[in-house]
Amino acid sequence: MSAPLVPNLFAVCKVLVAAILSIVQQLIYASSGPIPPLRGLGDFVGSDPIVSIVTWLIVVTVVVLWVTVINLFTVMWVERKLYSRLQDRYGIMISIWSLPFWPFNRVHRPTHKGLGYLQNLADGVKLIQKENITPRNADSAMFHISPVLIASSTLMVFAVLPWSSGFYVANLDLGVLFMLAAFSLAPLGIMIAGYAANNKYTLVGGFRAGAMLLSYSIPMVLAVIALVVSTGTLDPVKIVQQQDRPIVLGGTALPIPAWNVFGPQVLGFLVFTVSMIAEMERVPFDIPEAEAELVEGWTTEYSGMRFGIVFAFKWLRMLAASALIAILYLGGWGGPVFATLSVGGIPVPIVPEEVWFVLRVYLLSAFFVWLSWSVPRVRIDQILNIGWKRLIPYSLLAILVAAAFRVIG
Amino acid sequence: MPEFWINMGPQHPMTHGLWNMKVKVDGETITDAKPEIGYLHRGYEKIMEVREFQKNVVLTDRLCYVSSITWSHAYCLAVEKMMGIETPERGQWIRVIALELQRVASHLMWLASYGPDLGLLTGLLWCLRERELFLDLIQLMSGARMNQNYPRVGGVRNDLPENFEAMCKRSIEHFLEKVKNEYPQIFQESKVFRMRTEGVGTISAADAINWGVTGPNLRACGVNVDLRRLDPYETYEEIDFEPQVWHDGGAGDSYARFECRFNELNESCKIILQALEKMPKTGPYRVKPPRRAEGEGYAKTEDSRGEALFFVIGDGDDRPYRVKIRSPVFCTMAATPQLLRGNKLADVVSILGSVDVCVGEMDK
Repeated sequence: MSAPLVPNLFAVCKVLVAAILSIVQQLIYASSGPIPPLRGLGDFVGSDPIVSIVTWLIVVTVVVLWVTVINLFTVMWVERKLYSRLQDRYGIMISIWSLPFWPFNRVHRPTHKGLGYLQNLADGVKLIQKENITPRNADSAMFHISPVLIASSTLMVFAVLPWSSGFYVANLDLGVLFMLAAFSLAPLGIMIAGYAANNKYTLVGGFRAGAMLLSYSIPMVLAVIALVVSTGTLDPVKIVQQQDRPIVLGGTALPIPAWNVFGPQVLGFLVFTVSMIAEMERVPFDIPEAEAELVEGWTTEYSGMRFGIVFAFKWLRMLAASALIAILYLGGWGGPVFATLSVGGIPVPIVPEEVWFVLRVYLLSAFFVWLSWSVPRVRIDQILNIGWKRLIPYSLLAILVAAAFRVIG
Repeated sequence: MPEFWINMGPQHPMTHGLWNMKVKVDGETITDAKPEIGYLHRGYEKIMEVREFQKNVVLTDRLCYVSSITWSHAYCLAVEKMMGIETPERGQWIRVIALELQRVASHLMWLASYGPDLGLLTGLLWCLRERELFLDLIQLMSGARMNQNYPRVGGVRNDLPENFEAMCKRSIEHFLEKVKNEYPQIFQESKVFRMRTEGVGTISAADAINWGVTGPNLRACGVNVDLRRLDPYETYEEIDFEPQVWHDGGAGDSYARFECRFNELNESCKIILQALEKMPKTGPYRVKPPRRAEGEGYAKTEDSRGEALFFVIGDGDDRPYRVKIRSPVFCTMAATPQLLRGNKLADVVSILGSVDVCVGEMDK
């Protein structure tokens, strides 16, 4: 039904890397006349292990840039524009025309009337210029390690997160489990950050994060277990392939795709979504950095680009959470291709899988933004009540329902 | 974890002004609280002794910059009683309109700051948007958005502008539609908002009276005290309005305080519309006060935050011999430890936001 734009990221990159390295190899061969030992270097450069290693590096770089540069900036822009419209204002409007030098600062062009896509870049540049202040009595090593721990553990999710059936770094048999494990590492970093800064606000924020994120990880994992009972696999690509078919009811195929959310998994879907809102620290559940009472929570003492990292990671987590929900429950990258072009003998789908997947991710992100800017923050005891008294029983019920459907068939 | 003190202020997003709430917490539960005020003390009562009667209006404007007209009006009323002069009828009606416009603007500022206290920034933007309507009306009337210097001893500074009535009606119609249909969507009808405010920061009616709590905070406990009704000044006795009192039980919590203030938005708009109908269309709006005066003047008015009292003594000079200001927030502050004890740390913000603190008038 659907086809990816990148059939296999690793293979594509390998062809390119092999081509470039063979040119380098030929150059080394050509210059090895006066220095014969260079021939061995040429053989080494063109050998298969070197090509593979360089290809891996290229693949990781491509995916990291795709996630952080393209998608992170876009999702930040989407959020800031969307909540501005909710609040009856324009929001960010810094654009290329706001640059203060020729040819951008034209006389008749208003400087603040763009789409605002460059605002986040400008903010990032500002944060990089700022001083990194370490509090005097802070535990310096832990204070500096925790932003790295938080950001890198969230980036680890994208190591196995497929953006289509071919666009991924690695495809593990237990990919979903790996993603959930990496996703649940951040509370450790948050607790370290809250403790290390030697500040009462950060301390309270860190322990709030520990209490909340741990109690919401349990229903999240239980909901995935309910899903695995019916799918029988933890491989994200296979989970998506299973959903890429119509629902068959009584022998007739309905015009509804067999996404996991349409069926016994709907309860698990709700539990998983609510847990994910808590895991990504968005407003109904953002008590670790409740800016009303805790100044900025566990991020209070961070300044400069360290603050930028711990602030931007929330959007990374939103991307990861939306992608996970889309893969597990909403059919992943399934969708009609409409037509296929042939460019130099290579078939190119008009609407490839990547587009369908990114569309789902952004629609889910927009839903989270909409939700978080229309409700107040929930208190810590109410959050724990929701987690332990509602979500965990519901997720156990979801496992029961899934098992029952599995037995019935 | 042992109990420890957390400073909520003087530089903290929770404080609406420069003051400090020290909170002792056991984990997340508040065991003790101690308000520390005085960071913004400017010695108003002393400064006013060396300035002439009329020039003090500039100072009383700055007692609370979100509710300037009500404070200046209370001062003018006290001085008028001391001098024994009476404002002309049209002047009194203009004062009522100005007071109620200021009350709506002040309550909207409170509602705007109450939203972010609970983590709801959309509320901030929506309320400030509508506050501009009323600031525009006040600007039309007095020439300034804030610190208007509008009430005068013996009346008001200038008459209403030409088409004020039509513009006032248009703005209020627009605003009442928002209050009816738009604000309840993020406040009253929001389940999370109810969870955060109901049953939080409770105080009984007897305790509230003993601590000297007044205004909407006292009416939220079910006590029907509104000086506009009980001890009418200006032309309030000719106006038909209902003091907003919480009747439904479970009284004295944050939600009751919110609801009383929210309903006062409606009620004040009704008062303005009635005043526009009933006021004489022409006539003097101001009398010339005597330059020197001797005697005592005492005025109490229903400020946006409670009962504002002014006591002025003149000794025959052209400036007051002594001025005493009674700020409602100053008295309410004394009751805050009782409101806070036993609640969670996050409720400090939700409770103190619902009390409506204004540090300028508290520290004087």
